[in-house]
Amino acid sequence: MSSETQKILTTDGIPLEVSLKKAERRNKIKAFLLVAPLLFFIIITYVFPIGDMLMRSVDDKMVTEMLPKTFKAMEKWDGKELPEEEVFAAFHSDFIKLVEEKREGKLSTQLNYTKNGFKSIIKKLRRKSKSFEEGNYKEQIMAVHKRWANVEYWQAIKRRAPAYTGQKYLKGMDMFKNENGEIVSVPEDRRIHRVLWLRTLEIAFFVTVFCFLMAYPIAHLLATLPMKYSNLLMICVLLPFWTSLLVRTASWMILLQQQGLVNDFFVGIGLVADDNRPEMMFNKTGSYVAMTQILLPFMVLPLYSVMKTISPSLMRAGKSLGGTPFVAFWKVYFPLTIPGIGAGCLLVFILAIGYYITPALVGGASGTLISNQIAFHMKSTLDWSFASAMGLMLLTGVLAIYWVYNKLVGIDNIKLG
Amino acid sequence: MALKKDFVKFDKVDKSYDGKILVVKDLQLDIEEGEFVTMLGPSGSGKTTCLMMLAGFETPTHGEIYLDGNAISSIPPHKRGIGMVFQNYALFPHMTVYENLAFPLRVRKIPKDEADKKIDKALSMVSLQGFAQRMPGQLSGGQQQRVAVARSLVFDPQLVLMDEPLGALDKNLRESMQYEIKHIHESIGVTVVYVTHDQSEALTMSNRIAVFNDGKVQQLSSPDELYEKPVNSFVAEFIGENNTFAGEVSDISGGKCKVKLANAEILANPISIKGKGEKTTVSLRPERALINPSEKMDNIHNGKIEEVIYHGDHTRVRINLLGNPEFILKVPNSSSNLDIKLGNEIKIGWNSDDARALDPK
Repeated sequence: MSSETQKILTTDGIPLEVSLKKAERRNKIKAFLLVAPLLFFIIITYVFPIGDMLMRSVDDKMVTEMLPKTFKAMEKWDGKELPEEEVFAAFHSDFIKLVEEKREGKLSTQLNYTKNGFKSIIKKLRRKSKSFEEGNYKEQIMAVHKRWANVEYWQAIKRRAPAYTGQKYLKGMDMFKNENGEIVSVPEDRRIHRVLWLRTLEIAFFVTVFCFLMAYPIAHLLATLPMKYSNLLMICVLLPFWTSLLVRTASWMILLQQQGLVNDFFVGIGLVADDNRPEMMFNKTGSYVAMTQILLPFMVLPLYSVMKTISPSLMRAGKSLGGTPFVAFWKVYFPLTIPGIGAGCLLVFILAIGYYITPALVGGASGTLISNQIAFHMKSTLDWSFASAMGLMLLTGVLAIYWVYNKLVGIDNIKLG
Repeated sequence: MALKKDFVKFDKVDKSYDGKILVVKDLQLDIEEGEFVTMLGPSGSGKTTCLMMLAGFETPTHGEIYLDGNAISSIPPHKRGIGMVFQNYALFPHMTVYENLAFPLRVRKIPKDEADKKIDKALSMVSLQGFAQRMPGQLSGGQQQRVAVARSLVFDPQLVLMDEPLGALDKNLRESMQYEIKHIHESIGVTVVYVTHDQSEALTMSNRIAVFNDGKVQQLSSPDELYEKPVNSFVAEFIGENNTFAGEVSDISGGKCKVKLANAEILANPISIKGKGEKTTVSLRPERALINPSEKMDNIHNGKIEEVIYHGDHTRVRINLLGNPEFILKVPNSSSNLDIKLGNEIKIGWNSDDARALDPK
């Protein structure tokens, strides 16, 4: 027996190995060309927007570009006492230029994000600056408004010097960098985001739990009923799925409002007094009810697809071996449905955590979620960088949940259908 | 201690799923302790339903089933203490072989060291020592089947039910598993009720076979009796190969009867014949008919060879005999002197004892 193998040649004399590799490479290129459109699509619709969002959330170039001389002069300033004349002169020169370009309004908006109170004093400065004399700008600017003589406002300007900043992320967690560069929480009465994050997690968690509790029996029925009944049940599950989200949410508004059908029914059977109808909408209850109903199919379908594959003889085997029906269910059936439970819960939780329309319509003030806050900043305050920052925080949170899930259950254990 | 004659007793059991059609009709069946009884029949004959009623997954519509003298219809399956092997093994895929076997012991709260001994014993019985930590998915079909058998025996049940357990295996494996199950049964003496539609499996393994058709037991007897002495034409047709002649009884006398066929008359053994003029089907096993018989036989007729099929150890010959073009003969290969050629006319003979006149088809 010789360990050496002779090189196998193809008929045209090229070694078979080379020839095979060539053919394989060609196949790989073909395969790549087939998926290229999708790849291109994903890059355009997914990678770019998220990248842009990331950039926007940390981008702080606007102020940096508007006040170049000021920031250059501020480099030497220690930030404790009021800055020297040099800084005031540079600020004045930058400001005049901005006024000429009619951009001082933007500056005031930007600076106002950092510290409230800039809007009015910049307006005033613009008016007064027309009659400024050359030299001794410190005195003149400080005379415009007493805030210009307050070191905190100058510190606020200096904080905007870097071109990139993480302050939007801090703001998303109700924190900020104070004058000394320490990261501290905002006063308790001004914390809104932390509450929203917690509420979002809470609602997503409980919606997932409710969906699971309701979907498990449904999916089990779907998987075990005879075909003609299970088909009907499947249609019942899918029909709402095919109905517009808005229509479904609106119908919940009809049902849940104080003069709505559910309340009428409760009053009708004497469960509640007519003058004491419970509020089931524009609060958390509304969000829970509507979101659970809307997200239910996302739990039913993965569970169903897993349960369909579990042979009914396994439960029988469990019983014939001496397990009570409960033991047979708990030790045999339930563990086998875990991949479906994992898939369903992950799906529902991730969808719920970023849910927008339903909480916006039926959630009211106490039922809105973080995504409503993001939308608010996108549409109303136009603070897109803040909206981007919160969007990314949400995305990171979802990825973290995904990672934890992978560690606990294993992503290859997941079964979506 | 004498073995109980009616360890399992089906007493006038009826079963209907839809309230219209009885899938099991008035079933009367006694199974002896330690016996291996096979329920054999075509699909839809009610045999699996019987097994499911015995296991407790179905309840009889009428009648009662007794296990060791106790009525069990109202006892739920998990309290019956009956081992069961399922058609598709029904091993728990998320548990190792060890955990699968430990399941029935754990629910019975048997201490761990005792349970381990039982599991070891059960695994060695099916020669699967060393496989305890494998997952069922890592085993071959035959190994999975053996685990299923071990699991059904590990808690020492008095009765084990097997529902077509070898159906999914290939032919060779199926045959070796048949012997293995038979040997396990012999060595531990457990009562086994086995369901299959494969007659050779039933003949190989069983002490007694209950042939089911149309919700009824057609015949309950030992394998040899079932083959040699079928009591009706369904059993004769279902078990083994069978040549039939349809005709009318023209005379009965002295334990023999004359059956008039379309253009001949043959002598037969009246089994389910009561009188003259009755229609009948005469059944004759292929190996009981001889070509050019040397000894004296009371039926000798001429037939024409239509087809010769070589089968290695024997040759099958299809003959057009007495108006039956499907008459099959099995000729052992040592009889090379016989003149078996396509188209030849030959003499076929058989004893009237072997030609059983049964009910008409």
